[in-house]
Amino acid sequence: MTPIAARVRRLSHLYGRAVALDDVTVEIPASCMVGLIGPDGVGKSTLLALIAGVRRIQEGGVFALDGDMRDPEHRRSSLPRIAYMPQGLGRNLYPTLTVFENLDFFGRLFDQSKTEREWRIAELLAATGLDPFPDRPAGKLSGGMKQKLSLCCSLIHDPDLLILDEPTTGVDPLSRRQFWELIDRIRARRPGMSVMVATAYMEEAQRFDWLTAMDGGRIIATGSPEELRARGNASTLDDAFINLLPEAKRAGHQAVIVPPRRTTGGPPAIEAEGLTQRFGKFTAVDHVSFRIERGEIFGFLGSNGCGKSTTMKMLTGLLAPTEGEARLFGRPLDARDMATRERVGYMTQAFSLYGELTVRQNLELHSHLFHLPEDRRAARVREMLERFDLLGAADSRPDSLPLGQKQRLQLAVAVLHGPEVLILDEPTSGVDPVARDSFWQFLIGLARGDGVTIFLSTHFMNEAERCDRISLMHAGKVLAVGTAKELTQRRGTGSLQDAFIAYLEDAAAVEPGAKPGKPEAAPEPTRPAVSRASLSSRFDFGRLWAYARRETLEILRDPIRLAFSLLGPLILMVTVGYGISFDVEHLAFAAFDQDQTNESRELLENFAGSRYFTEHPEISSDTELERRLKSGELKVAVEIPPNFGKRLLRGQQPEISVWLDGAMPFRADTASGYVQGVALTYFSDQAARSQTPTVQPPVNIEERFRYNQAFKSVYQTIPSSIMLILILIPAMMTAVSVAREKETGSIANFRSTPITGIEFLLGKQLPYVVTGFISFLTLLLVAIFLFGVPVKGSTATLLLGAFIYIGAATAFGLLISSFTSTQIAAIFTTTILTIVIGVNFSGLLLPFSSLSGVARWIGIGFPSGWFTQISLGTFTKGLGFSDLWPDLLVLVVFALGFVAAATVILRKQEA
Amino acid sequence: MGLRLANVFRLGIKELYSLRADPILLVMIVYAFTFAVYSTATGAKSEVENVAVGIVDEDDSELSRRIAGAILEPLFRPAVQLMPNEIDPGMNSGRFVFVLEIPPKFESDVLAGRGPTVQIDVDATALTQAGVGASYLQNIIESEASGYLQHGEGAITAPINLVTRTAFNPNHYSEWFLGIMAEINNITMLTVVLTGAALIREREHGTIEHLLVMPVTSAEIMIAKIWANGLVIVVVAILSLWCVVHGLLRVPLVGSVPLFLAGTVLYEISVAALGILLATFTGTMGQFGLLVVPVLVILNLLSGSATPPESMPDWLIEVMKVAPTPHFVSFAQGVLYRAAGFELVWPQLAALAGITVCYFSVSLIRFRKAITSFQ
Repeated sequence: MTPIAARVRRLSHLYGRAVALDDVTVEIPASCMVGLIGPDGVGKSTLLALIAGVRRIQEGGVFALDGDMRDPEHRRSSLPRIAYMPQGLGRNLYPTLTVFENLDFFGRLFDQSKTEREWRIAELLAATGLDPFPDRPAGKLSGGMKQKLSLCCSLIHDPDLLILDEPTTGVDPLSRRQFWELIDRIRARRPGMSVMVATAYMEEAQRFDWLTAMDGGRIIATGSPEELRARGNASTLDDAFINLLPEAKRAGHQAVIVPPRRTTGGPPAIEAEGLTQRFGKFTAVDHVSFRIERGEIFGFLGSNGCGKSTTMKMLTGLLAPTEGEARLFGRPLDARDMATRERVGYMTQAFSLYGELTVRQNLELHSHLFHLPEDRRAARVREMLERFDLLGAADSRPDSLPLGQKQRLQLAVAVLHGPEVLILDEPTSGVDPVARDSFWQFLIGLARGDGVTIFLSTHFMNEAERCDRISLMHAGKVLAVGTAKELTQRRGTGSLQDAFIAYLEDAAAVEPGAKPGKPEAAPEPTRPAVSRASLSSRFDFGRLWAYARRETLEILRDPIRLAFSLLGPLILMVTVGYGISFDVEHLAFAAFDQDQTNESRELLENFAGSRYFTEHPEISSDTELERRLKSGELKVAVEIPPNFGKRLLRGQQPEISVWLDGAMPFRADTASGYVQGVALTYFSDQAARSQTPTVQPPVNIEERFRYNQAFKSVYQTIPSSIMLILILIPAMMTAVSVAREKETGSIANFRSTPITGIEFLLGKQLPYVVTGFISFLTLLLVAIFLFGVPVKGSTATLLLGAFIYIGAATAFGLLISSFTSTQIAAIFTTTILTIVIGVNFSGLLLPFSSLSGVARWIGIGFPSGWFTQISLGTFTKGLGFSDLWPDLLVLVVFALGFVAAATVILRKQEA
Repeated sequence: MGLRLANVFRLGIKELYSLRADPILLVMIVYAFTFAVYSTATGAKSEVENVAVGIVDEDDSELSRRIAGAILEPLFRPAVQLMPNEIDPGMNSGRFVFVLEIPPKFESDVLAGRGPTVQIDVDATALTQAGVGASYLQNIIESEASGYLQHGEGAITAPINLVTRTAFNPNHYSEWFLGIMAEINNITMLTVVLTGAALIREREHGTIEHLLVMPVTSAEIMIAKIWANGLVIVVVAILSLWCVVHGLLRVPLVGSVPLFLAGTVLYEISVAALGILLATFTGTMGQFGLLVVPVLVILNLLSGSATPPESMPDWLIEVMKVAPTPHFVSFAQGVLYRAAGFELVWPQLAALAGITVCYFSVSLIRFRKAITSFQ
């Protein structure tokens, strides 16, 4: 019996109510290439993810590498022996990091020493032909190169089980060929390695040792390709697979036949003349010209990154060409012309529909936006759902659908409004053979029946052969145009694929520096001893450092974010420092003097003379007084009744009324105090004048304004603004950074490598603690030198406090990002919590000790208020460590508590 | 290139679906407009209330006990008796905002007319309460002392009778102020983040590119985002104003509700446009988050909803005029507290409208460029 790589027993998996795997039992042989084939959404990815241990098992059992994957101990210890490459072009790569840095990061995750990483990276790069580009950012690589790099990242630790989920989807034929050659070479070197691959390309499956055909969450056949062909009773694997499908699924499938095209005449539907697109110095498209007749199916073939997509974008008006002209229906393209847009259907290469809307809602939205007549909408949406076999998924969100079904939805949207021209960028990437054929039949129907012009790009040779004409593109230039037959004949090759590769190799040979894969593996370097046993599941600083280092590089590569994170705080401090002032001054005051005597004027002069009041023009009537108070113009109005002077002189204690604007109670309180003060001055002046003996007040009261003798706002606002800034910015940075990994998919590396939750979180936190601390130091300098607020107490305590506080703030961000799944939710939650609590309940606007009710508890339950004690204490109150150690201790508890909570909430395995 | 309302409507409906798809967003919106408003209004009072006072009574006489007893709730917490050596730690830790020091032989000195000195230690870092609270304490001490002195003897009569009346909020309830200001701050915060992030998400997910090849204009996309996100926030804000601020906090809403509603809608549009404007200056969600936070805090703190706006330096007042919030704060205070009518608040409304138009135009100019250049 052959050894077993993985044994799956009665495995079932549900997403909500949708069944992904239905009671699957299979034994997967070891030390060979195993292919998983089958249509989209039959559970291939789920099965692979469960075997790799990145998803939690719901029901049934998975035994891989001689152990039960349900057993956390075994899973942890086998993670270093498994490599998992998720679906999607370079989804687990970090686009701003270079090729070398990406590989280096993975090497560090597996605790490899510097020398070990270096020779491994050199070896892998040489083997994949990526060695000329170690310094190119991963985001700037073409799709095929990304996949190769992604594979290198998976192979860096010599896994025993390599799991590849659709590794070549969307990759051009040349790169695809190189990719499989690379796998073959690696297997030759490490014959014991088991490889499991999910693929939609049957010609690839052909070369595997053992295949598992899946449908509807079940396995319908297993065996070698020959066995499957024999069982399916067909000469090709494609046909055999279709024959193996249950009767119901097969119904309606027939071979694709392209009827000949009748030329219709008239101006060409699409014309490109010398189209050129430059991005800076880089020329993406270089003087491309072609004409596509009405009703023609025109195919674009070319390696990844050769300018196909850019050309298509220029034809849709998304990009304005740098040079040259595009014409649609004989007229120059006008990006603003809505009528033209209605005649064109466009499908982007990456999924660009709304993940948060259901499939049906997406279709309905587009039926409205394309202004389909109301009576036809419902019918058309239903027709599309049926045509693209999406009825079952109609009420699911595309986010939860496999790639192939997403592509079908995009296609459905592109053709929904019955456009005259269809521009489709790799429409069938990731789509299974049956669905692809059905889609082609639909396209051919459109082209031949309705005269729709179709311009598409593809990596499938059998699809290219169905096109009326093909254009071969490479490095921004068109290499050749013609029918499939013409091109094959011109090169004298047997197949279109070979012709295509021959063209590409010719073109590449001309270019200096570019080496599209070496024919032979690089000579094996002497392989130093490898320390694999050291991979422990215990806390490991090396892995933490790998994440910290990577995160730091990412921060440095995004100068805008870095600038925001350092300048934002300074701007905040300056505006808040100047702006927040509790000094109530310049109160607008006006008099309503109905007396107009010397006595009344004398009284009013006391108001006008006060530095707290700013005099406004006199009031002349009751209604005016009311109106001006209402309008907010006046904060204080003094009303002096008629006969004031007379009654005053008679000692009749005349009444004067002062009106305060109570809209802002704090201001009204203070203003009321000022009014009393003015009145008192007036009284004593009067008393002095009337020669009545002044009465000695019974008590002297001496106010000592401690900490802030001048009673100036800055001594309070500056220290507390530091509190506010250091919770807002660091928390936001960490919250987004983890949520971003979840959104882009690089979180897969956390799930499939030996790193633990705590290492991952601390690793991501560390660079932000450093950034936050640098930001704090700049704030400190501004506080001291711009605002003149010195640190009266212990500077060391302040620095220590700030460090711990930033730790707590970044940990708070981590906590938020552990339970939010999107960046938008992370930003939203962080903003609301930190601003509301930081501004209101942390001692910025009023002292921590005066909070009451719920607010008091919120304040106590959040780190900011405690740091305000430290900040105010060291800056203004002149305190030191001996006074503030309890607050420091509380902050430490917060920091540790947040990290602990985040570790618990962030799950290593996906649900 | 006309604006098609059907498109605007449909795209807006799509925004609403997107919002519904993320339950955390909805939870946070509800939290912000209920719990956060309530706790801010009731807990973060700026008025002198519940202030912690300590007293060092070295006299321990009837008069000194009378003074201690006169320090009453709700303004102050009952005074805590301290030993002289407890003053510094008590104030350093922020436990007390005020400490009264009554010297030995205080009572007899008062009776002898020697005018003894009472010292009030004030924690001057507690800016909002220090000034006003100290004057309250001063009044308490003076009136207790003179009351004690003059058993029935007529007090010195003031030459005039000063009557201070406070319009619009006679009892200086700070909930009235804080509740509505918290509403305004929430409107600003939630709208800016929601609309801005909605645009960034479209860009990061490539959906905006898809929209731009459809028969839909940039203006339609922007207006759809504004109306849909704005609608949600306005509806929740008005409900919250009615139920939480008016119902729970018992803040009387004296002004014209339709006028306030109209102003709120206009403000909502302006901050939504601000959100989009900020989004056109950033490429990723991470950048947006870092840009939006300082902007929101500045709008929150410097618009007159936290501190008296006239105490800011003049240049800052002028700078803040380009933001919609100061205008809206002054509009809301006028309408809701002072029952001001349209004839009094139209300048603020006009300013809001002007700002909205500016934001929108700049966003529109940047829109296409920002989308293609940040890819």
